Amino acid sequence: MTVIPQESAPPSPPGGLEWIRKNLFSTWYNSLLTIAGGTLVYFTLINIITWIFKTADWRPITVAPLLYLIGQYPREELWRVGISMLMISFLVGMSWGVWKRYVRSFAIFLGILFTVLAVFPLETPTITLPIRIFVLINPFLIYFGYRVGRTKRVLGRHVATLWLVALLVIPLVILPGFDNSSLLPKVPTTVWGGLMITLLLSVGGIVLSFPFGILLALGRRSSLPMVKLFSIFFIETVRAVPLVTILFMFSVLLALFLPTEARIDRVIRALMGIVFFSAAYTAENVRGGLQAIPPGQVEAAKAVGLKNFHTTVLIVLPQALRLVIPNIVGQFISLFKDTTLVYIVGINDLLGIGNAVLNLNSEFVRLQMEVYLFIAIIFWIFSYFMSYASLQLEKALGVGER
Amino acid sequence: MSEQNKDDKPIIIARDVHKWFDNFQALKGVSMEVQSGEVVVIFGPSGSGKSTFIRTLNRLEEHQRGTIIIDGIELSHDVRNIERVRREIGMVFQQFNLFPHLTVLQNITLAPIWVRKWSKEKAEEIAMQLLERVGIPEQANKFPGQLSGGQQQRVAIARALAMQPKIMLFDEPTSALDPEMIKEVLDVMVELAKSGMTMVVVTHEMGFARAVAHRMYFFDVGMIVESGTPDQIFKNPQGDRTKLFLSQILEH
Repeated sequence: MTVIPQESAPPSPPGGLEWIRKNLFSTWYNSLLTIAGGTLVYFTLINIITWIFKTADWRPITVAPLLYLIGQYPREELWRVGISMLMISFLVGMSWGVWKRYVRSFAIFLGILFTVLAVFPLETPTITLPIRIFVLINPFLIYFGYRVGRTKRVLGRHVATLWLVALLVIPLVILPGFDNSSLLPKVPTTVWGGLMITLLLSVGGIVLSFPFGILLALGRRSSLPMVKLFSIFFIETVRAVPLVTILFMFSVLLALFLPTEARIDRVIRALMGIVFFSAAYTAENVRGGLQAIPPGQVEAAKAVGLKNFHTTVLIVLPQALRLVIPNIVGQFISLFKDTTLVYIVGINDLLGIGNAVLNLNSEFVRLQMEVYLFIAIIFWIFSYFMSYASLQLEKALGVGER
Repeated sequence: MSEQNKDDKPIIIARDVHKWFDNFQALKGVSMEVQSGEVVVIFGPSGSGKSTFIRTLNRLEEHQRGTIIIDGIELSHDVRNIERVRREIGMVFQQFNLFPHLTVLQNITLAPIWVRKWSKEKAEEIAMQLLERVGIPEQANKFPGQLSGGQQQRVAIARALAMQPKIMLFDEPTSALDPEMIKEVLDVMVELAKSGMTMVVVTHEMGFARAVAHRMYFFDVGMIVESGTPDQIFKNPQGDRTKLFLSQILEH
């Protein structure tokens, strides 16, 4: 038998100048297009840069940056927001230590965000040095949490419990406070606003609608007729109605029909609307994943004697959820952006604050471009990060590998 | 071999089992008794109901008429009885059906931990013994997708054995395998048969049947057409259908 000698691999694609010559200036009309396109890009960039640094008037943002972050939350109670931030930073750090690569990109993103915020060159009297220092503690706390989380004594379930406590205590105790408390005086939700509300509504919406949606998806495939009927009715009704309508129903009708003693806070009413809306879509996404699981998986689980509950929780759901991460994250991104609709029911989220600032005085009215661009960038940063994190999560979980 | 168990009660009793899929009748009155320690091979053309029949034995399919009694427990709508029976029966599928999101070791320890309530340590110790037995202890921490078909099927056998079942069902365990991997799976099955496990095997591997089967059943159109010892079936088949089928599968 003759042995065929190894051939050398074909040359790798050229780089640098060679690449430019081959791709941009290969023919006379290609060169022409490159020059024309380059000129266009150049002048556009020049215009954008001049606009940002010369023409644009950033006063609507610089005059009250805190407004965009926390709305009218009393400045003397600012420390409560700060403490909440520190708690979250520490927990994110611990999660990074315990769950490693699943959380890593999020933790690093948050750390960078805080650092940038802390040192951002913005001359404004409202952002004092103590506030900057306070913000700068966060990245260090993330790292400290990471070191703590890496130790052997800290387990996933400890961190999960702490998260649960924090997610309940922050929006229900620390931020709102109590009626007759001197340490935590009452701060009504009417003065909450800005990014704080946007994040509260979207994180609350995501965290609450996710399990609700999973239950609905399972319910829709249930063999119990009543459960199945309810799930289908709920999902199809909610999906047939726009979010604005649902928000409106929850904030107006709920207040109208419930006795005055049973008044539910308006932010919670809005959150309920968002959760209902999101749960219906989550349910359909999850159902897609459930359908993709081959029946052999359930048969194998039954054959080894697992009960239905264990089969669902240990075999079917982990595989189904992993399959639908891209869809679910996509849906959460739209949910995040959809929270701006609460402006309709009089809640001052990030966009609401922007509109309020624009109406603050006659000088600002014409500065819509600056304000909306600023808000758009904030939304872009968070949304882009979410889709990036979802890609990381998919890689870590090995979606597509079976 | 079955003689020594003759006065014992059979561990599997199926009497006049009928099964319909909508209007299609898949089983038309199948009766079979299997003694403890017996190895039974079921063969027949596709669509003859052989897979459906062994799937009724652990109630992956529900039979609509007739009686099935496993180790003294009758299969009915009683969920607790079904669970008890499934704990006594291990099953190996044509498509392996390993859990792709769990490692080999987790695949094997899952049921012992959640159903038998064993400690993780005990379950893992026994899982490792079983992996030794099927010859792939070094694959314990890999995922099913990283293994060859033959290795996956051996993991599936180990997974079924981990529950320490009294009966093992094999539903065409080698049909989805590349030819060079069939032997490694059959070797494990032969070893299992020789250890005294009660086995009901749907297969066309006639070499396996000849080597270890005590009885063979030929299924066609939802019925048992012919049964007997391997000797009787191979040397002196009675029915024309049996003869034709055997000549077709033994030709190659």
